[in-house]
Amino acid sequence: MELLQPGLGLLVWTLIAFGIVFFILKKYAWVPILTALKERETGIADAISSAEKVKLEMASLKNENEALMNQAREERGVMIKDAKVASDKMIAEAKDKARAEYDRIIAEAQQAIQQQKNAALIDVKNQVGALVIEVSEKILRRELANKSEQEAFIQQLAETVKLN
Amino acid sequence: MMFKKHLKSLLVLAFSLFVVLFSTSLIAQEKAADTNIEAKKEEEPTLKPSDLIMEHIMDNHEFHIAEINGQVIAIPLPVILYSQQKGVSVFMSSKFEHGKAIYNGYTLSEKGVIEAEDKSEQVFDFSLTRNVVQMILALALLVYLVIGAAKKYQNGGVKVAPTGFQNALEPIITFIRDEVGKSNLGHKYERYMPYLLTVFFFILINNIIGLIPGTANVTGNIAFTLVLAVISLLVILFSTNGHFWLHIFWPPGVPFLVKFILIPVELLGVFIKPAALMIRLFANMVAGHIVITCFILLIFIFGAMSNVAGWGFSPVSIAFTVFIYFIEILVAFIQAFIFTNLTAVFIGQAIEGAHDEAHH
Repeated sequence: MELLQPGLGLLVWTLIAFGIVFFILKKYAWVPILTALKERETGIADAISSAEKVKLEMASLKNENEALMNQAREERGVMIKDAKVASDKMIAEAKDKARAEYDRIIAEAQQAIQQQKNAALIDVKNQVGALVIEVSEKILRRELANKSEQEAFIQQLAETVKLN
Repeated sequence: MMFKKHLKSLLVLAFSLFVVLFSTSLIAQEKAADTNIEAKKEEEPTLKPSDLIMEHIMDNHEFHIAEINGQVIAIPLPVILYSQQKGVSVFMSSKFEHGKAIYNGYTLSEKGVIEAEDKSEQVFDFSLTRNVVQMILALALLVYLVIGAAKKYQNGGVKVAPTGFQNALEPIITFIRDEVGKSNLGHKYERYMPYLLTVFFFILINNIIGLIPGTANVTGNIAFTLVLAVISLLVILFSTNGHFWLHIFWPPGVPFLVKFILIPVELLGVFIKPAALMIRLFANMVAGHIVITCFILLIFIFGAMSNVAGWGFSPVSIAFTVFIYFIEILVAFIQAFIFTNLTAVFIGQAIEGAHDEAHH
């Protein structure tokens, strides 16, 4: 059957054509394309792995940041506490000082009052003395005139005189 | 759904029309059948479907386009002949005047074979037949397309997204590399990739171009598939290692006497594998072309019976042809893939070796 008899011409031409096409495509198409595809694939794989690496780095950085933040927060707490203690101390000191000053001022004031009082008393005593002298003078003058009257007067005077 | 309904009703219509016409004419002409056929023979050139199919399937020295009123319209192709007596002779096939004329002592037989007038003279025909010409054109197209795409990789760099034909080519190449190369050949796949890719695209482009109406049936020619099978046999044989031959000449794990039966079987297997490749591709492509031609010819077969039957059957015939055409497009890819994949499998068996020994 002629369908199953290979034609010599087609046989030879196919062989030649296949050979030529094989060498042309191998040199100018398959090798460049395959290397390009490989290059791209490795490029993509590298990119993915480096992205993964960066992600991990980012995560570790984040952790570090968090740790730093926590530390800072702790330090801040400690500092605030310290400051509070210090301020409390200062306030207490100031209060003490103020109290001491106040006490001192009060003591001085009392002393001054005492002195004034004393001075005033002396003054009063002096005035009383003067009054007594004056009254005594008047009495003495009246005594000369009338005895009973003199006594009444003395009585009257004595009533009027009041020490304070 | 609508289309299906229409198709169904069309089929029913055509079939019933055909049955009615055929049965009535059959009853009427039952007795005069023989005389009628003979009468028809004289009236008009008879329709010989098998000859027409063979003419379509087989190689030819010209691109036959049409025959109108006995006038053949065809593109003549160059004929290259060699014989010991006359040496090399080159001329156009139109010199034969479609087999009617004798040129330079050569004749063109009815089957399209060039013979010498002197029967003792042996003629070697290296003509650029329509298969050869079409194959060369198809390959030129393939080289143009593939190299065009390959240049884009070099010009645009690797990191640029593929454009145009590159997009169509790249998945096929990566498919062949991953599914055919890597899965069958393991880490040695890179050595065989240019061969496998060339075989795949060589078959594919010829399959596809052969599907265009009016073109030759290149991949459905036994010479074409024979060459590819021989090349794949050579590649397999050059890839073999000691392990492979040891398995053939001293099959392990079988009784001593069975070995003597297995050795010739295994040895034959080496040659049967590529032969199967050859026959598979050839038969698939021939079958597809025959089926399509048959469906088209059915119109004319019915038309020869009665004009109405011919017209009535034509939508059915066209529908079937379209259906088979889609299948053939699928087959064009599948057969190219199967040839490549099986070649890779056979190469894989040939290079399989030392590292697998531990598993036995």
